[in-house]
Amino acid sequence: MNFSIYDFTEFIRSIHFWLTGIFSPGLADVIGLAIIGVCFLLFVTLLGLSLVYVERKVAAFFQQRLGPMRVGFWGTAQTVADIIKLIFKEPLVTKNSDKFLFNLAAFIVLIAPFMVIGAVPFAKGLHALDFDIGLFYITAVSSIGVTGILLAGWSSNNKYSLIGAMRSGAQIVSYELSVVLSLITIVVLTGSLQLSEIVASQSDGWWIFKGNIPAIIAFIIFIVASTAESNRGPFDLAEAESELTAGFHTEYSGIRFAFFFLAEYVNFFIIAAVGATVFFGGWMPLHIGNIEFFNNAMDVIPPVIWFFGKVVVLLFLIMWFKWTFPRLRIDQLLTLEWKYLLPISIVNILLMSLVALNGWHL
Amino acid sequence: MSNIFSLISDKDSKGTSSATETQEYFVNMGPQHPSTHGVLRLLLTLDGEIIRKVEPHIGYIHRSIEKMCEKDSYQQIVHLTDRMDYLSCHMNNEAVCLAVEKGLQLEVPDRVKFIRTIISELTRLSSHQLWWGVMGMDLGAITTFLYGFRDREQITDIFEETCGARLTMNYNVPGGVMFDIHPNFQKRTKDFLKYFKEKLPEYDELLTGNVIFVERTKDIGYLSKEDAISFGVTGPSGRASGFACDVRKKDPYSAYDRVDFKEIIRTDCDSFGRYKVRIAEMYESLHIIEQLIDNIPEGDFKAKTKAVIKLPPGEYYQRVETARGELGVYVISDNKKSPYRVKFRSPGFSNLFALDTMAKGYKIADLVAMMSTLDLVIPDIDR
Repeated sequence: MNFSIYDFTEFIRSIHFWLTGIFSPGLADVIGLAIIGVCFLLFVTLLGLSLVYVERKVAAFFQQRLGPMRVGFWGTAQTVADIIKLIFKEPLVTKNSDKFLFNLAAFIVLIAPFMVIGAVPFAKGLHALDFDIGLFYITAVSSIGVTGILLAGWSSNNKYSLIGAMRSGAQIVSYELSVVLSLITIVVLTGSLQLSEIVASQSDGWWIFKGNIPAIIAFIIFIVASTAESNRGPFDLAEAESELTAGFHTEYSGIRFAFFFLAEYVNFFIIAAVGATVFFGGWMPLHIGNIEFFNNAMDVIPPVIWFFGKVVVLLFLIMWFKWTFPRLRIDQLLTLEWKYLLPISIVNILLMSLVALNGWHL
Repeated sequence: MSNIFSLISDKDSKGTSSATETQEYFVNMGPQHPSTHGVLRLLLTLDGEIIRKVEPHIGYIHRSIEKMCEKDSYQQIVHLTDRMDYLSCHMNNEAVCLAVEKGLQLEVPDRVKFIRTIISELTRLSSHQLWWGVMGMDLGAITTFLYGFRDREQITDIFEETCGARLTMNYNVPGGVMFDIHPNFQKRTKDFLKYFKEKLPEYDELLTGNVIFVERTKDIGYLSKEDAISFGVTGPSGRASGFACDVRKKDPYSAYDRVDFKEIIRTDCDSFGRYKVRIAEMYESLHIIEQLIDNIPEGDFKAKTKAVIKLPPGEYYQRVETARGELGVYVISDNKKSPYRVKFRSPGFSNLFALDTMAKGYKIADLVAMMSTLDLVIPDIDR
């Protein structure tokens, strides 16, 4: 096995050969899939734990306090303690609720981010699903989550939950359009929906720098719309605490509540990951044209670090405006999407096509 | 960009009738709800997200303070008033003390008047700071809450040093104040003034100028001047509707006739107006304290009173301006050591019942903004 932090292709391939050497081809594939599944399970769990901790710390620093400090060094074990508490809590089910859908909803919300995370390219070769329609797959699958939210609100037998779910349904369906259109703006340049090719096309510079003004507009729209799509930040109307107590997950407790919580944070990560891949080159190091010296220096930093570095920057950006802005109202939210973001993104695509046709991009 | 949501017309938010058959439904907001800030229960009649009717149901924290007053001595009544509007406890105390002093025809020393006024304004500041933080939190900007509390802490520290308590201070007694001010009081207050003058513009930066905030509050919760007067909406909420109701100006008590300050009146009549009035009042409070803090006259901190106070038979009324509006204390005495009857006219009670008129046709999210700009304190409503 020749393991290299810069290119995982060989490493993955050697694992595959090793498996096929021991088992029959069919069994080897199943085992391979199982390994990948377990890896993602571990990754998602760790991601949830660390993101919750980071969010709490960032929020605390914005608010001039310390945040969790007691459990573990600087409170690092706080989220672990919280999860353990949630696991041991009684899963309450409200009276007269639709028990089957109530239980199902918590799983559906978690399915969507799991399916999406497989398509995220973490590094060269470290990429579970690499379709030719990767970007399309991500946007399509990520909208399964809204079904879970609607079901949760509907089956809870609680008016606050229902209002929250309806709000969130309207919100996610609307903002998806802008997210997709802003991503397509970059696809105009790459000419491919395959995520590995989108990353490869940025080997001489990231699209946010190369793509002229339309790329920057597309990025801003992407950040706003995808934050709204994930019910975060100033767009957290679905769980607007001061209006709807907790929105669609008001009636959930214990581990099911943890599922909603986890799904929210994984979605949060996915937004940043997709944003980083499409606009900031994914795992591709920062390259400027043909400056050999600079490019080589940048290549020393492993792609995984580049990827997670970009993701962290975007995560921080999204947290930043979550902890600064007040919440929008539902009609303002929809107006923002249908009257501003959507027309702007459509015009932006035309603009980008013009840029691409005339070769005004780098 | 500054008016990104300007296309949202009023018609949208007031709701037009839709073609499909819809049904109105009820939602209980409270008694346990994050944005009622206490045990207030609002029975909402909703059409989708649009409010058709708001019915406040009160009484969840009723402690019959008025009845308890009938068996207590006048000194003890002061303690009970702390528990009404706990954020303007000093003003509540002061109202009772002023009523008793009126009955006894007792002239309190100038020093007392100055101390009472300064502490009143500090209390008003701390109340408005808390309101500002909570207002932001209700609208989803949780960070403001901690900014508000950061500054409020400075004031509660001053109170703690002055009288030992941070929230329910009990600093007033009939005839004066309980103790003389701490030797550090003037210095610490001046330090606070300097500190808060730097911090107050931060409030504007964080919330007032924010597009989302302005759109969430502008033209929301319209309360006309006529409605404000007929509902008896006083305090900053009334003044935002153009109703000049500042007791400090109309009927000056303590040292308010010796200081120069503006009565903030706006004619917006909406949530944003009420917000701006409170922000401007904070500047005025700072201005008032500045004028008084260096000129506290020497003298007694308490006029001599008998151990058992008996008011001459008759009726006495005293009103003060608390952070929420006009608080009236009506005392009937029959020459016993406790009053025959006490009635409080609390500002929160009158302000709350304007909510139905304000909220009709707006959305649930707007109701939260309206409730925070009315600055309701539930124990003040129920008493």
